[in-house]
Amino acid sequence: MLKEITITVNGQQHTLEVEPRLLLVHMIREVLNLTGTHIGCDTSSCGACTILLDGKSIKSCTVLAVQANGKSITTIEGVAQDNQLSPLQEGFKENHGLHCGFCTPGMILRATELLAQNPNPTEEEIRWGIAGNLCRCTGYNNIVKAIQYAGAKIRGEELPSTEPEFV
Amino acid sequence: MGHSLKRKEDARFIQGKGRYVDDVKLPGMLYMDIVRSPYAYAKIKNINIDEAMKVPGVVAVVTGRDLEKYNLHWMPTLMSDTQMVLPTDTVMYQAQEVAAVIATSKYAARDGREAVRVEYEPMKPVIDPYKSLDPDAPVLRTDKEGKKDNHIWNWKVGDKQKTDDVFAKAEVVVKEQMHIPRIHVASIETCGCVADYDKVNNHLTMYMTTQAPHAIRTVIALVAGHVGLTEEKIRVISPDIGGGFGGKVPVYPGYVIAIAVSFLVGKPVKWIEDRSENLQADSFARDYHITAEMAGTKDGKILATRFKVLADHGYTDASANPSKFPTGMFSIATGSYDYDATYMECDAVYTNKPPGGVAYRCSFRVTEAVHAIERITDRFALEIGKDPAELRLQNFIKKEDFPWKSPTGWIYDSGDYHKGLLKAMDTVDYHQLRAEQAEKRKRGELMGIGLSTFTEVVGAGPSKDFDILGIKMFDSAEIRVHPTGKAIARFGTKSQGQGHETTYAQIIAEELGIPAENIQIEEGDTDTAPYGLGTYASRSTPTAGAAAAVASRKLRDKARKIAAYLLEVSEDDLEWEPGKFFVKGAPEKSKTIQEIVFASYTNHPPGMEAGFEATHYYDPPNLTFPSGAYICVVDIDKETGAIHVRRFVAIDDCGNIINPMIVQGQVHGGLTQGIAPAMYEELIYDEAGNILNGTFMDYLVPTAVESPKWETGHTVTPSPHHPIGAKGVGESPTVGAPPAIANAIVDALSPYGITHLDIPITPFKVWKALKEKGAI
Repeated sequence: MLKEITITVNGQQHTLEVEPRLLLVHMIREVLNLTGTHIGCDTSSCGACTILLDGKSIKSCTVLAVQANGKSITTIEGVAQDNQLSPLQEGFKENHGLHCGFCTPGMILRATELLAQNPNPTEEEIRWGIAGNLCRCTGYNNIVKAIQYAGAKIRGEELPSTEPEFV
Repeated sequence: MGHSLKRKEDARFIQGKGRYVDDVKLPGMLYMDIVRSPYAYAKIKNINIDEAMKVPGVVAVVTGRDLEKYNLHWMPTLMSDTQMVLPTDTVMYQAQEVAAVIATSKYAARDGREAVRVEYEPMKPVIDPYKSLDPDAPVLRTDKEGKKDNHIWNWKVGDKQKTDDVFAKAEVVVKEQMHIPRIHVASIETCGCVADYDKVNNHLTMYMTTQAPHAIRTVIALVAGHVGLTEEKIRVISPDIGGGFGGKVPVYPGYVIAIAVSFLVGKPVKWIEDRSENLQADSFARDYHITAEMAGTKDGKILATRFKVLADHGYTDASANPSKFPTGMFSIATGSYDYDATYMECDAVYTNKPPGGVAYRCSFRVTEAVHAIERITDRFALEIGKDPAELRLQNFIKKEDFPWKSPTGWIYDSGDYHKGLLKAMDTVDYHQLRAEQAEKRKRGELMGIGLSTFTEVVGAGPSKDFDILGIKMFDSAEIRVHPTGKAIARFGTKSQGQGHETTYAQIIAEELGIPAENIQIEEGDTDTAPYGLGTYASRSTPTAGAAAAVASRKLRDKARKIAAYLLEVSEDDLEWEPGKFFVKGAPEKSKTIQEIVFASYTNHPPGMEAGFEATHYYDPPNLTFPSGAYICVVDIDKETGAIHVRRFVAIDDCGNIINPMIVQGQVHGGLTQGIAPAMYEELIYDEAGNILNGTFMDYLVPTAVESPKWETGHTVTPSPHHPIGAKGVGESPTVGAPPAIANAIVDALSPYGITHLDIPITPFKVWKALKEKGAI
């Protein structure tokens, strides 16, 4: 039995008929063909599928599409506005905050909410703030740096150096 | 070169425009899900597919018996062993593939999977590798004619007599038993494929998570050639890869089943494993049980080492090593030290566990080797009461002694081990740390300082020794410069996050003077890229990076001829500076590379071939030997065993550096994959062969909280034989970090008589060891 839902995705409203058991991540990837949201586990442990649901970062592999009925979601495809990268997208690129790119969309959306709540987090707050998102490539140093860079940009402060620091 | 150019590939990844295998969607595509065994060892009595076939959307259920009709129910492993694609009568490990369900949607395939009924007759499995060689152990590989035990092979190297003599006479001998645990690469993207067989044209396009697309194409042709799929009819596309780390080198049964099904039904078939399947069934890494011994003098001179290894390969030897190297490059285990007596031996055995092991971010068993030598070196220092840094400085191979021949036959190309360690010691203020530790010990507090000064062997490799299934381990670059002076270059390697699109462009830019932003890099499509063996074992820069430099130099030679023709001078009268040739003594008379390239299409010299293209297949004259000096400082809470990594300093020497930002990024990532097995990760099996932590809920991949803030630096000792003096770096930190961490923890606990702990060293292990020694 299909259920009709209405959902706003990256500013555009969609009315869809979905199976009640359809996971939100599958609706995003398979029905709407927005493949920037990734799947990395089946236990909501890795955070590769993180999106914003009414502004809150959630793991879309653990939410049913019907639960998003009447709500608004943002995926990585909706982060850049008018071809302008968001401060976090810029931060990740400038600070080598990604290698394979698979965790990156989830990281960026998680960090988007983190900075919305606290535009000036300490390093420890950043590390705990992204602890629900796994990255296997970067060792996290440069993800932290990317988020600090984006924070400075949002606060309108002087941007930190993006050159690598060596001992 | 040497410039931290921002990565060219990032624009698509940060905007959700990367294209991974699971993003491929083709018209009429079917979905495949796999029924897996709940038992580690069992006879299959019956597979009932009736209910599954009634599930709406299910198209077919495929079993081993179905594949047997086409002789596709088994396949060779890279180590010339054999592996079931689907079983016909027996399952050999938990989570082994038993049947495949094909359906019109992902959800229908999963429903069908749940409806397949399999009757098993469980048998007592062999899990402990030591017990696998017991005379009364059941012989597991009854499929191999005449097989009477579970022994796979024996490997040995070194001079046994000489080594035994040194040990017999030595003043000091130390010995430790160590286990390098079974772990998993756990790339965030799992494995999968879309097999698209076109019946009309008898052509297969295989989109696949593979680090070695060309080798895979050849393997498919070898396995499926008898049903008409010959190599020219196969195109392997490895699109963006979400992390590889060696786990995407092997051919897994799922890939083969997808190809077989697509071949039979004539439609594209997608198979994407989920995380549990990935952790439970794909090739594991490591699982070496090592007895390490060192002999030396009382004042700290290392005289000899002995290593005896038991390798647990699981159900089949599915390692991904060069063919002549069953233990990979384990024989690098003599380390960075100057002595000439060693003997190493390894026995490999079958057990009822998933097959492997892959070279997880490691140039074939170098991680195991480095752990053994670096741990036993510390054990030796502890025994004679000498500072482990001093002991290393005393025994290092000297800078002037390179090239240096190791007792197992490697020719170390270059190195300056003293410089690296002294830099690391200076960075942490080593002597101050030792003074602080002495103070803390007086108060009963636990603080440890651990070192690891390793030598790697990477860049496989020279064709006289290195091949995989007979194919020599060269790699390739093809550069094509368009009339307007912009280029495309294609490679036989395949980035999984290493940043090839940037670094290869930088190499060509350096050699030809064309700006890196005007050089497009392509990999991963066997129809367009030149043949190569792929990316693993830190081989991309040593082989394909070298090929890029040599191909560029071929083009520069052609450019010189064209410039001479255009300027009407002799070739000898020209000088090169990046981007142009000019006449000696008359620099105003010059031709830029762009003008020269344009002329190659519009006004090339009579008799010269038109166009501006070059290809090179680079066969390295030697391997490269990166090194590093790592220092880890830990504080341990005595009451709970909780370990806090206070500092970790990594000084790497990977020769000349192409892009410092990318090199540092590789080191950061590798260090986190080093702390992972040192403190958190291990695949654990119970006596029945059940995996106890086969999901991300309990297989502890470090988060940003567990991962320390890494401090990195480098020394530069160029490789003398590599065209640009580079050595490769991606794996050094994964190799070097675990012993530095283990050595730091043992150093903290050593006042209580603790001489060794197996990784992963958890708070519980620490607490238990302290309790046993009466320290708490």
